[in-house]
Amino acid sequence: MNNYLNKTYIILDRELKGYFRTPLASIFLLVFLALSSGMTFFLGRFFERDQADLTAFFSWHPWLFLVLMPAIGMRLWAEERRSGTIELLITLPVTNTQLVVGKFLASWIFTLIALILTMPIWITVNYLGEPDNHVILISYFGSWLMAGAFLALTSCLSALTKNQVIAFIISSISGFVLIMAGFNLVLSAVRSWSPNWITETISSMSFLSHFTRIQMGVFDLSTLVFFISMIILCLWINVQLVQVKKAD
Amino acid sequence: MSDKLINATNLKKSFDQFIAVDNIDLSVSRGEVVGFLGPNGAGKSTTMKMLTGFLEPDNGEVFINNINLKSDPLKAKEYIGYLPEGAPSYSDMIVADFLSFIGKMRGLNDNSLSNRLEEMANQINLKEMWNRPIETLSKGFKRRVGIAQALIHDPDILILDEPTDGLDPNQKYEMRNLIKRISTNKAIVISTHILEEVEAVCSRAVIISNGKLLANDTPINLENKFLNKNTLSIKVSNKINNVISKEIKSLLKYDDVKIQKTDILTYTIFVSDSQKNPNLNTVLKQINKLKLDVIEANFQKVSLEEIFRKITSENNSK
Repeated sequence: MNNYLNKTYIILDRELKGYFRTPLASIFLLVFLALSSGMTFFLGRFFERDQADLTAFFSWHPWLFLVLMPAIGMRLWAEERRSGTIELLITLPVTNTQLVVGKFLASWIFTLIALILTMPIWITVNYLGEPDNHVILISYFGSWLMAGAFLALTSCLSALTKNQVIAFIISSISGFVLIMAGFNLVLSAVRSWSPNWITETISSMSFLSHFTRIQMGVFDLSTLVFFISMIILCLWINVQLVQVKKAD
Repeated sequence: MSDKLINATNLKKSFDQFIAVDNIDLSVSRGEVVGFLGPNGAGKSTTMKMLTGFLEPDNGEVFINNINLKSDPLKAKEYIGYLPEGAPSYSDMIVADFLSFIGKMRGLNDNSLSNRLEEMANQINLKEMWNRPIETLSKGFKRRVGIAQALIHDPDILILDEPTDGLDPNQKYEMRNLIKRISTNKAIVISTHILEEVEAVCSRAVIISNGKLLANDTPINLENKFLNKNTLSIKVSNKINNVISKEIKSLLKYDDVKIQKTDILTYTIFVSDSQKNPNLNTVLKQINKLKLDVIEANFQKVSLEEIFRKITSENNSK
């Protein structure tokens, strides 16, 4: 078991450092901070709302992640396949699950770093008023969980192609469908031909409705189970896809 | 228990309708260097990918050090060092970090890892490039990094897919020397389409074409097997006109005697026979009678290259 975790950690470590070896990490972090604060202050009207909370900050996260998480995750498998390093990885004495989990965790931790760097907004709101820090903490955690689901989805889809751009596009589109799953735009397309329970299931898979509840400080078990099982399902498919597509 | 480090039987692999590898058997013992020869697309790489556990065969089994690669892949893979075709590596990493990553994944602890890294730096001449990003290295150095990652855990089995491809003649020479140096206590499989490489480093040549194993023997045995007609060539420093040519042909009692102008000063007489190998002494005695000055006489060997061409073209025409 120790050995198993150790190998996963070595993969994670290489992958996480990989973000910082190129300008990718700094560019991403800059863009993330600029966009998240820009959206908070300008689109979210942080000051005009005159409320000591971070709703204006968190409510944009699903849309921000829709673009930024595929940007982080698109290279995870597409690049390994394009460069042929997948052959090195698979012939090492590790399982595909270790590889998939190690890579995913690296990208998830990278997102955590990005979220931690937005702390000044939290400090600002505490300086200006008396927010419910409990809600903010839950929102941060929920945001990170949602980012994990986006990343797992991207990681999974990036195993389908050798082209990072294609991985980015299909991940963004799939992410969009999952955000909008609770909206009529998606539901009306399904409702006309499918039984009610399918519509209900799709509706319950909406990232947006789960995240909206979190933002209000409501963190129920179903939301936790939803995001965690979403991550596990995507990573499981990811493992299968790596196995099937590795030699294409 | 067999002493074969690699033992593969009935390997078969198809991609859709295309049969890439068709019932190949192969075993390699410690101390052997087996050269995979074959035209491009013959199935060399696919076979190697099955030996290393990258691809699962549709049929057949691979045993690595008596461990079934299919039922215990993690254990079996520990014994293998593999250089995939094109020597892929993480180009944004520096050489030291990349090798250390592979070493850790291979289960080396800190102590043995630092020892092995030092050995690799010296043995494979990577010292001057040690802290450079791999993407900035020349093709030759990239290939060396690929070899180093395959050797980092000092594996019993080494599988190298075209280790000298794209290298300049000096680098090829170095690479072959390296392979020879480390071959004594390992089982090594290399693939190549350069025949001189097989003659230079391999103790056994395996010829593959269209996914089928066409020959599997030592280079010398292969040469002998396909050498049913040795040709004797005698170079003389005299001008040979038609008259002398006729005399030579009538004196030498062999099936096939050909005379060719080699350069301004010399002519070469080729003597061969389908029934028996020409006897050097007899031929020289006959030529002496004509007062020709012999400056060189030897048996012309059929090169591995000709054997290869013969075998693969026969297979293609079938």
